[in-house]
Amino acid sequence: MDITFLLNGETVQANVAPTQTLLDWLRDTRGLTGTKEGCNEGDCGACSVMITDADGAKGLNACILFMPQLHGKSVRTIEGISGPTGELHPVQSAMIDNHGSQCGFCTPGFVVAMATAHLNKATDHDDQLAGNLCRCTGYAPIIRAAKAAETADVPNWMHDDLPADIASQITMPETTDALAAWYLEHPNAILIAGATDVGLWVTKQLRELDDVAFLHRCRDLQDITITDDTITFGAGVTITNVMDAIAPYHPSFAEMLRRYGSTQVRNAATIGGNIANGSPIGDGPPALIALGATLHLRKGNTRRTTLLEDFFIEYGKQDRAAGEFVEGVSIPRLPDRLRCYKISKRFDQDISAVCGCFNITVEDDFVTAATIAFGGMAGTPNRASSCEAALLNQPWELATVERAMHAMANDYSPMSDARASADYRLKTAQSLLLRYLHEDSGLKTSVLEVSA
Amino acid sequence: MSVRKPLPHDAAHGHVTGAARYVDDIPLPANALHLAFGLSDVAHGKITEINLDAVRAAHGVIAVLTAADLPHANDVSPSAHDEPLLADGTVHYVGQPVFVVAATSHLAARKAARLGQIDIDALPAILTVEDALAADARFEDGPRIYGQGDPDTVLSKAKHTLNGSIKMGGQEHFYLEGQAALALPSDNGDMVIHSSTQHPTEIQHKVAEALGTPFHCVRVEVRRMGGGFGGKESQGNALAVACAVIANQTSRPCKMRYDRDDDMIITGKRHDFRIDYTVGFDATGKIEAITFEHFTRCGWAQDLSLPVADRAMLHADNAYYLPNVRITSHRLKTNTQSATAFRGFGGPQGILGIEVAIDHIARHLGLDPLGVRLLNAYADMDQGVKQTTPYGMIVTDGITNALSKQLVETSQYHARRNAIATFNAQNPVLKKGISLTPVKFGISFTLTHLNQAGALVHVYADGSIMLNHGGTEMGQGLFQKVAQVAASRFDLGIDAVKITATDTGKVPNTSATAASSGTDLNGMAVANACDQIKTRMIKCLSETYDTQDVTFQDGNVRIGTTTLTFAQTAQKVYEARVSLSATGFYKTPDVAWDRIKGEGQPFFYFAYGAAITEVVIDTLTGENRILRTDILHDAGASLNPALDIGQIEGGYVQGAGWLTTEELVWDDKGHLKTHAPATYKIPACSDRPDIFNVALWDGDNPSDTIYKSKAVGEPPFILGMSAFFALQDAVASCGDGPAHLNAPATAEEIKRAVDKARQ
Repeated sequence: MDITFLLNGETVQANVAPTQTLLDWLRDTRGLTGTKEGCNEGDCGACSVMITDADGAKGLNACILFMPQLHGKSVRTIEGISGPTGELHPVQSAMIDNHGSQCGFCTPGFVVAMATAHLNKATDHDDQLAGNLCRCTGYAPIIRAAKAAETADVPNWMHDDLPADIASQITMPETTDALAAWYLEHPNAILIAGATDVGLWVTKQLRELDDVAFLHRCRDLQDITITDDTITFGAGVTITNVMDAIAPYHPSFAEMLRRYGSTQVRNAATIGGNIANGSPIGDGPPALIALGATLHLRKGNTRRTTLLEDFFIEYGKQDRAAGEFVEGVSIPRLPDRLRCYKISKRFDQDISAVCGCFNITVEDDFVTAATIAFGGMAGTPNRASSCEAALLNQPWELATVERAMHAMANDYSPMSDARASADYRLKTAQSLLLRYLHEDSGLKTSVLEVSA
Repeated sequence: MSVRKPLPHDAAHGHVTGAARYVDDIPLPANALHLAFGLSDVAHGKITEINLDAVRAAHGVIAVLTAADLPHANDVSPSAHDEPLLADGTVHYVGQPVFVVAATSHLAARKAARLGQIDIDALPAILTVEDALAADARFEDGPRIYGQGDPDTVLSKAKHTLNGSIKMGGQEHFYLEGQAALALPSDNGDMVIHSSTQHPTEIQHKVAEALGTPFHCVRVEVRRMGGGFGGKESQGNALAVACAVIANQTSRPCKMRYDRDDDMIITGKRHDFRIDYTVGFDATGKIEAITFEHFTRCGWAQDLSLPVADRAMLHADNAYYLPNVRITSHRLKTNTQSATAFRGFGGPQGILGIEVAIDHIARHLGLDPLGVRLLNAYADMDQGVKQTTPYGMIVTDGITNALSKQLVETSQYHARRNAIATFNAQNPVLKKGISLTPVKFGISFTLTHLNQAGALVHVYADGSIMLNHGGTEMGQGLFQKVAQVAASRFDLGIDAVKITATDTGKVPNTSATAASSGTDLNGMAVANACDQIKTRMIKCLSETYDTQDVTFQDGNVRIGTTTLTFAQTAQKVYEARVSLSATGFYKTPDVAWDRIKGEGQPFFYFAYGAAITEVVIDTLTGENRILRTDILHDAGASLNPALDIGQIEGGYVQGAGWLTTEELVWDDKGHLKTHAPATYKIPACSDRPDIFNVALWDGDNPSDTIYKSKAVGEPPFILGMSAFFALQDAVASCGDGPAHLNAPATAEEIKRAVDKARQ
């Protein structure tokens, strides 16, 4: 058999094509049609399922989840949120009582996301449900339902076991060494970690991927190592886990990652994937570059490091040889002067128009160090060198910042697209430096921190 | 009585368990085919060659059709027969279906559809309002003009005049369930269609015409939609017709559902508008005269654009008395998706025009816009003042003043406005704003003959009731509200009533479930059917028991001194050989409208409401949040307060989304660049107001509607406008320059306006 997993508590063994999505398998092969297709790209949450692995339960989007990613895990769909004899889960009852459904099409996804959050005792409902779109209710009754169910006991059927470990025919290396060896033999293969990007190659571009390897079982690629000098993330660390780990050290980075995709996306996406795919609008790289990150690359048993900012050569081109993969990324332990500002059309679950990350050290009212990096401003994530130079060794005051904002125009010639115009991108990027100064001087600068 | 109770949605249990079934969830026979369209990549041009060899050779492909292969009508238009199912020689927009593939799986069909080679000689494409005006590309011979009084003379004498213009974008429906249809061939070439449509009768008609059969050969069934919002009034025709034609040809069931990107690229959206105005007013802000020019981008085919543009004109006054007014409406033809119905149907666009003008007046005079709004509002009905709308209808049910004043009080508007001024004085980066906007929305189809509905009610011998009517359920709670009506007619609990799928075989010749009319029309038709049965029951019981004293109460029937359960009653009446089945019918009284002259009574009544929204903006980036919203809305005597409040909350957020984050972007070749949720941003969970207080106005509908309730589907959408004007209020606090936003007020647009206000 290719893969083994639990589906709503029952063991399933299946032969699958490597890029078969869980959503299609559930609906077309199993006839479990409660899980819906709303967008088929991980942006609406109608296909939300609960996946349990050794780390616990998490919500994921079934539409961009390939079947091999389930191997050794447990899947709970909307059909498994109610009890074995049809008893409603507390979030289901609360959704009925609070009129949380109208057309009902997004509802199974919401209920699964809510039940997963309920199991994990998470009550930051807006964040937990940022990846679930509803077009009917305006969300208010759904949040009322989530709050109403907070104190209810978790039904016993929600606690999933894991299946017995059975070997698979699909390439899913168990260690980074095994991955390195395999990739050396298959240098043109596609490595799939969370599939939040590659998933769309399949569901939208309709590409057929033959030579693939799945990385989720490389446990040693998921390590987070914190020493006195550095913090190192393995490439397979999910954005959720990066966010949690970085929060004590660089809370602004964590706050920015809170708005990276959605809970479902952050639970799947990895920091290595966010770097290796070379996107000019990934949110991880600008923050890491601002922190002076070093990238760890590996080909076979040969390892090398490079500054992360040097990894991005131009749009679509990275400093990575065939058969070489990102093994991890590390940042030096420094006092926290990092501020990350993500500008997007919508606050949650949106791709940045501009993501500006500022690491500015001020001593005795003078700027002694400045590393500033942006996403969305060029073909790659990169630094604002002219702006940095205009700040360095200057007094930390408005006049300096205004000169540095002006200098930033030399750093970037952004493009216009559906997210923002070139003009807005540049003006906003400049303004974000001013925001940093204002924030540093104690002014209110975040609309997220104001109430009526 | 079952009415007035806040019962949950009829399918709430099915929704939360995933058991509620949508078209794509219906199990398919084993030999079913799946369809996908091959699309034009050119906005306008002549097709010179279509090479589909690779499509035919692709894995799983069973059939491939172009326009030449269609046996009968090649037409999916809801109006002017100008919309072929498959392009016939000329393509008119990027995304127009040119051929259709049937394959053994959805994925195989999608893959094959991308292999077609369509050679097109490009023609000049008209993409924008300005392009269309330059080319005089329009529907109808010239602009429609409605009005009253003598605006030109009064404008020339007015003490103050202002000119302005507002551009407002369209809106993607983003129903969570995409378009879908399933055709099941049955005996003798008959066809059964399951469609996600607000208009099963039109699906029936278009399918019958495509098959060359009478309407009676086609039966269309709709249990529910995963959202409609107007986007499933006409846009489902193409899928159902394509499925039926190929099902007929292959004798195999055919299903088609659009991938989300295809859905957004192919289907029509809300009409975008530019509205120019000239307004004359006195020193207090009272409007003496106003002229509007509406420029409506209709897209390539007529679809429903004429009534949409009409309704925009009919709402150019919103809640304000305009004694001297002229509204000129240009319906412009462009090489883009054919814009279609969307909640409000042009009303929101027309209303945005007058609200912008009023805000402009207030800013010009340095007054609180709220005062200027109330100064110009139609008199409340208890004032005994006869004021006419720009189309000559007397407003007899006005409540805008009382309703707004109550809301101002309960939301502490004035105290908060002062607190906001203080906040803004203390904060250089962040600025707050607040605004009240009212709504007055006309209820009825403006095409008068559509204001009719039918119902079918059976009472079975065990006392259980089967309910059917012409309305469709898209999430709005129509089925439950109408079931509450049926239960109430017999004074039974709601469980006695079985709600069944909308079915053209049960109730014929229905109107679309649209124009907020679902409950008004179908509720009345069901009441009529129930009352016929009840009358027969009473007659039978009176004769049997020899008494005129028969009453239905709490699930029982009291006949003189005898009490029977409703079930016993049904059995008894059945045994007496009396029919327990009835068709009901209703037509709205008192409506008559001449859309060419712009005269008459297009509406049975008006629905009212008001919202106050407080926002904060970041002047550095234009980022913004809705902090608090208070709404007081008029649903008449609500049939179901919970479902009505659901419509209000959801409508508000959808309306605010239209005017803030939801931006449609086309490139200069006519390609829609925002064709997925990755780029088109409807409100997410945290975008709802932090504080969200919604209340229902306490008052019956003066008009004789079902249990004195009012329609509630569309009007609350317009309350989202208060967020837009609160943002504009925040912009105005930034400087002495003009405070003017176009819509949608994205962060980028707000940043532009802030910089302008500061110049």
